[in-house]
Amino acid sequence: MPYDLWILGAGPENDGRVCGDFRAFPGNGHERHRGMTAPRPTPILEARRVSKSFGPIEVLHGVDFALRPGEVHALVGENGAGKSTLMKCLAGYQPVSGGEVVLNGEPVAFPDSEAAEKAGVVLIHQEFNLAEQLSAEENVFLGRELKRGFFLDRKAMRARAESLLRELATPIDTRLPVSKLSVSQKQMVEIAKALVREARVLIMDEPTAVLTGREAEVLFEQIERLKADGVAILYTSHKLDEIARIADEVTVLRDGSLVANAPAEDMNPNRMAELMVGRELSTLFPEKLGEGAREVVLSVRDFQVPGYVETASFELHRGEILGFAGLVGAGRTELMEGIMGLRPASGTIGRNGETVRIRDPKEATRHGLAYLTEDRKGRGLLLKYGLRENLTLLGLDRFSGIFVDEKAEEEALDAAIRRFDIRAGSRTMAVGNLSGGNQQKLLLAKTMLVEPEIVILDEPTRGIDIGTKQQIYAFINQLAREGRAVIVISSEMTEVIGLCDRVIVMRSGRIAGEVSGAEITEEAIVRRAMGLEAKQRTEMTGEAVHVG
Amino acid sequence: MSAEAKVEPQRRRFAVDLHVIGPLLALFALVILGMFLNDQFLSAGNVTNVLARSAFIGVIAVGATFVITIGGLDLSVGSMSAFLAGVTIIVLNTLIPQTGGGWGTIILGMVACLALGLGAGFLNGILITKGRIEAFIVTLGTLGIFRSLVVWLANGGTLSLDFNLREVYRPVYYGGLAGIAWPIIVFALVAIIGEIVMRRTAYGRHCAAIGSNEQVARYSAIHVDRVRLATYMLQGLLVGVATVMYVPRLGSASSTTGILWELEAIAAVIIGGTVLKGGFGRVWGTVVGVVILSLIDNILNLTDLVSPYLNGAIQGVIIILAVVLQRGKKGA
Repeated sequence: MPYDLWILGAGPENDGRVCGDFRAFPGNGHERHRGMTAPRPTPILEARRVSKSFGPIEVLHGVDFALRPGEVHALVGENGAGKSTLMKCLAGYQPVSGGEVVLNGEPVAFPDSEAAEKAGVVLIHQEFNLAEQLSAEENVFLGRELKRGFFLDRKAMRARAESLLRELATPIDTRLPVSKLSVSQKQMVEIAKALVREARVLIMDEPTAVLTGREAEVLFEQIERLKADGVAILYTSHKLDEIARIADEVTVLRDGSLVANAPAEDMNPNRMAELMVGRELSTLFPEKLGEGAREVVLSVRDFQVPGYVETASFELHRGEILGFAGLVGAGRTELMEGIMGLRPASGTIGRNGETVRIRDPKEATRHGLAYLTEDRKGRGLLLKYGLRENLTLLGLDRFSGIFVDEKAEEEALDAAIRRFDIRAGSRTMAVGNLSGGNQQKLLLAKTMLVEPEIVILDEPTRGIDIGTKQQIYAFINQLAREGRAVIVISSEMTEVIGLCDRVIVMRSGRIAGEVSGAEITEEAIVRRAMGLEAKQRTEMTGEAVHVG
Repeated sequence: MSAEAKVEPQRRRFAVDLHVIGPLLALFALVILGMFLNDQFLSAGNVTNVLARSAFIGVIAVGATFVITIGGLDLSVGSMSAFLAGVTIIVLNTLIPQTGGGWGTIILGMVACLALGLGAGFLNGILITKGRIEAFIVTLGTLGIFRSLVVWLANGGTLSLDFNLREVYRPVYYGGLAGIAWPIIVFALVAIIGEIVMRRTAYGRHCAAIGSNEQVARYSAIHVDRVRLATYMLQGLLVGVATVMYVPRLGSASSTTGILWELEAIAAVIIGGTVLKGGFGRVWGTVVGVVILSLIDNILNLTDLVSPYLNGAIQGVIIILAVVLQRGKKGA
């Protein structure tokens, strides 16, 4: 029996249209073809009716899942659907509560992740497990050091690490401490580490979440190589187009249940999104307001952030959503942090026509600016604290005379939970335990609590599921409708195109161009971000000089 | 919202509860033990003695609670106190010819002591914030500096307060209001105000935020350096308050004044449940911690189970145990 296409009825909505569509698929030519020419390898690692409970609450309900050598099996689902739990059960980080994990046909119960690694099952965490101060080669062989007699065989380790990383298209100096490496290089060090452990099963938790497009390409090439070597790969990502590209098989989880399992050829990003959310996604983006003659609320002139932004000038209008696109490292975040007084910077900032000085975030808040950081765990939220303390931290002035008015804080939290649809088990739970989407909503609520006229949102939907994304897009649209001016920094092209009225493209610390209205296309943005439009730009600025 | 996350708070709440009552249970056990070992243990005289002696460390430890909550550390408090005591005695002795031997002089001395405490705290704070030097290094340095200065001022011996003035000043330690000794009243006031500031003011919230994650605090428009500087100055001021009460007790300052107070203050803070790495502080817990340490000392003195000379060792063991227990709970 080759591929089996089936859908489990996890809820009433599955008996609807989505399901019907899928049932139309079985038995297409492709499957038959594959079934006849290349019999599929037997699974190396399987979950059979695996369930997992935390206390009285079951979060995985009898999930079947199989990883086969030489194939990429993508696992998708919204935040909280049970992906991480399933991965942790497979990689020995958590014991299963029901069902069994089967390795090479034999039931296994890894006592810990180390035992799983010994058996060739390696989980690569989204936040890497590398010792930052140790060198790349030391990390690759950490816990598996090669020895010559009593001493470490540094030479052999260096040679092996170098050749491994060269094969992974990451020719770095392996003597450098990991802290000096870029995110994608760290990822490759993780993979090299897994290879030294002779991983037969590689479980990758959102490996591209922090990678740029080009870095992701390098990763995909390496995944192809690993596949060719017969490694079984479990792959998760919120980027569904990416999954459609690299996966051989797709499994969709929703609320801890298996919703669909199908060959990747029979899936497309839209269908996956619908299955994840359990309903049809109407339009992901709200309707744009469109441009109109509106007054300038913020003007930035000759702005410089040493080391990051050479020079930048732009204007922002009331009721506008202005996108900032560009490659990672183009200086977008640094420009905004400079404007907010979070970094040393120079230049002129005008608010409603008046020049203002912003030396620290407090002054920025006073001038009606608020910034939502891209790093919600490191810079946005106090992970150990509850919802209330986090919500009011930026706008605490509003709640305190001599004392902090906790009752007013609680009321503000009530309002925020309603307005932003924050779902938390309890109001006092540590926000570190909230799902990414709910953390982001809370962070948005915190930022909006100071009632800024100008809202700067840096990667507002990074690492969150599609349902929450849709909600956040609606909030952003609402902000503009209320007459606020919104800046959205985003590395997701669809987001920039779908959401913004105007897009400024940055490249290497400079503004490389601007597009608006119907001109906002992927090609137009990419050309400017890559510097292909450079000539045109000089002409443009030349013109501007003449006119001015 | 994953069910996984929903389970978390229950487990946490349980752990926090245990964490809260832990120090209280220890205090209770010590009181029972003391009662069994000595029938004079709960007498008014002994209780007053224990509390009054713990007032110095107590007032300093309230400051240390704030310093540790913002993720800092002040090792210099003991030597700072000795230095302040020395300077205050010199100031008082020098003032006698000008302002006489009465209360006026003493109040001037007190003001000098408090101002110098603020200044010493400012020195620590400015080196840590503007100088960008680790608090551990800065206060280890000033620990040495203050200690050495007091030895130098005393010329290797002891600085003594003028005998007549000592008689006037005496009631500040030995006197009281409605039968309660002044140091106990001051300690109680400082503790109550400290608890309210920590729990109910924006400053207290900012302290916890900075200790929890400095970057989040900075991105939340908190003036991190200002709050930090203010906290070290608060610590200095409270060392000043403790010294003002300490000077009349012995009327002298020497190289051994305030020795190991930093150990006792930090131990009290940690026993009380404040997180050593910062981010969470509990002033009332610190008060419990101070009293626990005092009671242990008192019990050792009243009984002959263990030599009182081993008091420091016992405090050391307790500080380590308290941190181990804290870590166990966080890992759970």
